Amino acid sequence: MKIKRQAISLDDLDWKILQALQENAKQTYSETGRLLNVAHSTVYERIKKMEEHGIIKKYTTVVNLEGAGMKYITAVMTIITDPKESENVAEKLSKFNNVLEVYTSLSEELLIIAKVIAEDQSELHSFIAHSVAPLPGVLRIRTSIITKKHKEEGFPVGPNLNISKEG
Amino acid sequence: MESASRILRKVLREEAFYFFSSIGNYIGENAASLEEFSEKIKEVNSRSLEFHLYRGDFEKWVDEVLGDAELAGRIKELRNRKLVRDDLQDQLYLTVLKRCNELKTGLPQSV
Repeated sequence: MKIKRQAISLDDLDWKILQALQENAKQTYSETGRLLNVAHSTVYERIKKMEEHGIIKKYTTVVNLEGAGMKYITAVMTIITDPKESENVAEKLSKFNNVLEVYTSLSEELLIIAKVIAEDQSELHSFIAHSVAPLPGVLRIRTSIITKKHKEEGFPVGPNLNISKEG
Repeated sequence: MESASRILRKVLREEAFYFFSSIGNYIGENAASLEEFSEKIKEVNSRSLEFHLYRGDFEKWVDEVLGDAELAGRIKELRNRKLVRDDLQDQLYLTVLKRCNELKTGLPQSV
C-alpha cells in the first residue's frame, strides 16, 4: 500500500509529532518537545507547517456516548445503486447527520457502504425506508447492525506502514 | 372519507411503499399507487409481506398516505388472522385487488 503524499515531504520528526498528537492532541508544545527531545519552538513550527499544508486536518474529540448516557445502535448499510446515480446517492447520504461515513466500492456491482447510527432498530428502519430507499438510483439495500466493536482506530501515521504486522 | 380517485392516485416516490425483507434490508421493489401495490404483492417474497404485515406497515401506509381507512381496516383484520406464507400472499392480494375494483367502479363488491 502506498501513502498518497501531500505537497510537502515529512521527516522523521514530523511523523513522531503526528504520532504523539494522535495519542493525545491536547498535549502542549513543551510536552511534545520533552517527549521527543526537541525544543517546543521546533514542535510549534512543525505543527504550524503541517496545519498550513493540510497534513493536520483538524483536532477533534472522541466522545464516549455510552458514558454520556446515550443509547444508540450502529449499522453498516451496503447500498447497490444504478452506476449513473451512484455519486448523487453518496452525496445525498453524506448530508445526513446520522450517517457517519460514506464510501463507494466497486465489486461485481457498484456499491455504497455507509455507517449509520440510530436510537434503536425502529428508528434505523424508518430512516432507511423513508430517507434512503427513495433516493433515485437506489436498487437494493443490505443492512448489518453492529453488535460488538472489537477495534476502532484512526489511520496509523508513520513513514513506513507495516499493515500486516501485529501491534 | 377520501374520494376514490384520490386513493387510486400515484404518489410521490418519497411517499411510495418500499418493500423490505427485514430491518434495513430493502429488496428493490416499491409501489407508488394502490394498483402497483396489488401487483407487487404477487411478486415479492412472502417473507417480506410477513415482515410488513406484522409491523403494521401496510395498514399505516394505506391509511396515512393513500387515505383509505376502509382498506387499512381490512388489512388489519388479515393481520389478526395470523396468516403466513402463501395464504397471506393470496389473501392480501385478493383483499387489495377487491378494494381496487370497488374504488374503480364505485361499488362495494361481494367476496
